[in-house]
Amino acid sequence: MSNPQQLRYSKEHEWLSAVEDGVATIGITEYAANALGDVVFAQLPEVGDTVTAGETCGELESTKSVSDLYSPVTGEVTAFNQDVVDDPSLVNSAPFEGGWLFKVRVEGEPDDLLSADEYTAFSGN
Amino acid sequence: MSTAPRLTALDALHRSLGATMTDFAGWDMPLRYASERDEHNAVRTRAGLFDLSHMGEITVTGPEAAAFLSYALVGNIATVGNGRARYTMIVQEDGGIVDDLIVYRLGETEYMVVANAGNAQIVLDALTERVGGFDAEVRDDRDAYALLAVQGPESPAIMKAVTDADLDGLKYYAGLPGTVAGVPALIARTGYTGEDGFELFVAPEHAEALWRALSEAGEAHGLIPCGLSCRDTLRLEAGMPLYGHELTTALTPFDAGLGRVVKFEKEGDFVGREALRAAAERAETAPPRKLVGLVAEGRRVPRAGFSVVADGKVIGEVTSGAPSPTLGKPIAMAYVDAAFAAPGTEGVGVDIRGTHEPYEVVALPFYKRQK
Repeated sequence: MSNPQQLRYSKEHEWLSAVEDGVATIGITEYAANALGDVVFAQLPEVGDTVTAGETCGELESTKSVSDLYSPVTGEVTAFNQDVVDDPSLVNSAPFEGGWLFKVRVEGEPDDLLSADEYTAFSGN
Repeated sequence: MSTAPRLTALDALHRSLGATMTDFAGWDMPLRYASERDEHNAVRTRAGLFDLSHMGEITVTGPEAAAFLSYALVGNIATVGNGRARYTMIVQEDGGIVDDLIVYRLGETEYMVVANAGNAQIVLDALTERVGGFDAEVRDDRDAYALLAVQGPESPAIMKAVTDADLDGLKYYAGLPGTVAGVPALIARTGYTGEDGFELFVAPEHAEALWRALSEAGEAHGLIPCGLSCRDTLRLEAGMPLYGHELTTALTPFDAGLGRVVKFEKEGDFVGREALRAAAERAETAPPRKLVGLVAEGRRVPRAGFSVVADGKVIGEVTSGAPSPTLGKPIAMAYVDAAFAAPGTEGVGVDIRGTHEPYEVVALPFYKRQK
């Protein structure tokens, strides 16, 4: 598995796209998706919600467990991925693409986000 | 004290197949190889191959082996025919369930008791203690066997490609010694998936050759390796109890809705008889909580330990829950107050992290194969 170079990563295994017009797209990494197993339910933050870096903003449920979803940045949610709500297996099949989770108008980001290479070293994958 | 997890004879093979491993009852076992949903569906529609070497085999031999097992267990083992198997339980003096077991009668005076991995030592200790006074011997054979299972509608066809054993003559819940892929094996038509299938007890040194032969024979039939994760959703759909979830020492077989495994009519005394008699009477006069099925209307998954609620009150507890690949909805087994146990009872929900999600009460099992 390879972690796309153009993304940045949190230690909670989310990825963050480059910020365009103030907005970034967020998802979970392939490593995290594999660790979860088949995702069967996604509760995502709603448009207008304020999310805070490092705090929970939803949950991902897999066959065996439920995991909190964290936001890697602070800001207002501008979109969530209805396709994932309808078909949570997208998180497994295309974690970096069609399985994105939500978009945030970034107001603040922590200074410990990782580059692709740093995240690969951190996760061992 | 920490001890390294035990490895099965197939450990290196699992890792070469890219399995996600998990600790299960002190064993490092394959949880899944790729997608547990695909593995589940393979067993329902084609076939799956499992390593179940963590199960605990105990051999009982001797002239009084049958009488001893009938005393030590709640079933009437004396009536098990040669080459047949029986689902039964071992209980404490107070009737609490120590484990659920399958007993295979391998010969006139030879039986194999298969215990759950987590309880194997406890069962072994209990049998060893209870055998005193009987002309019988209890032997720990946990290291003598690897256990492979082929489960699913294609399993007879796959097995026929690797054995000359009379599989057509082998009924459900029966076992016979034979040769599979050149390897001596006890071939049992048992399983824990709700499908037709076979469990193969072999010497550990033969496990890998057998696994490879079954994989090869199964390829054209869509057989894939399967882990414990799908085994759990398969058994849950089939309404089969799991020790530690639906069965515990706090429950008698009657509390678990499995009073039928207790045979009061058998000859001689047996451990737990008095307590079980009382439990049977209690169950008749004051029905205990009943094990029911719950099907979610939404998509949130009930987990073991979650409260079942109605009218704002707790009326039961989930014992097992998972998303059901076959039904496409979350399902659960739960013990609920008798007043809410009838299928279709209105207003039942599960407290999922503070939210009361609606559930439909259904009769078990959720899934029954078409024969």
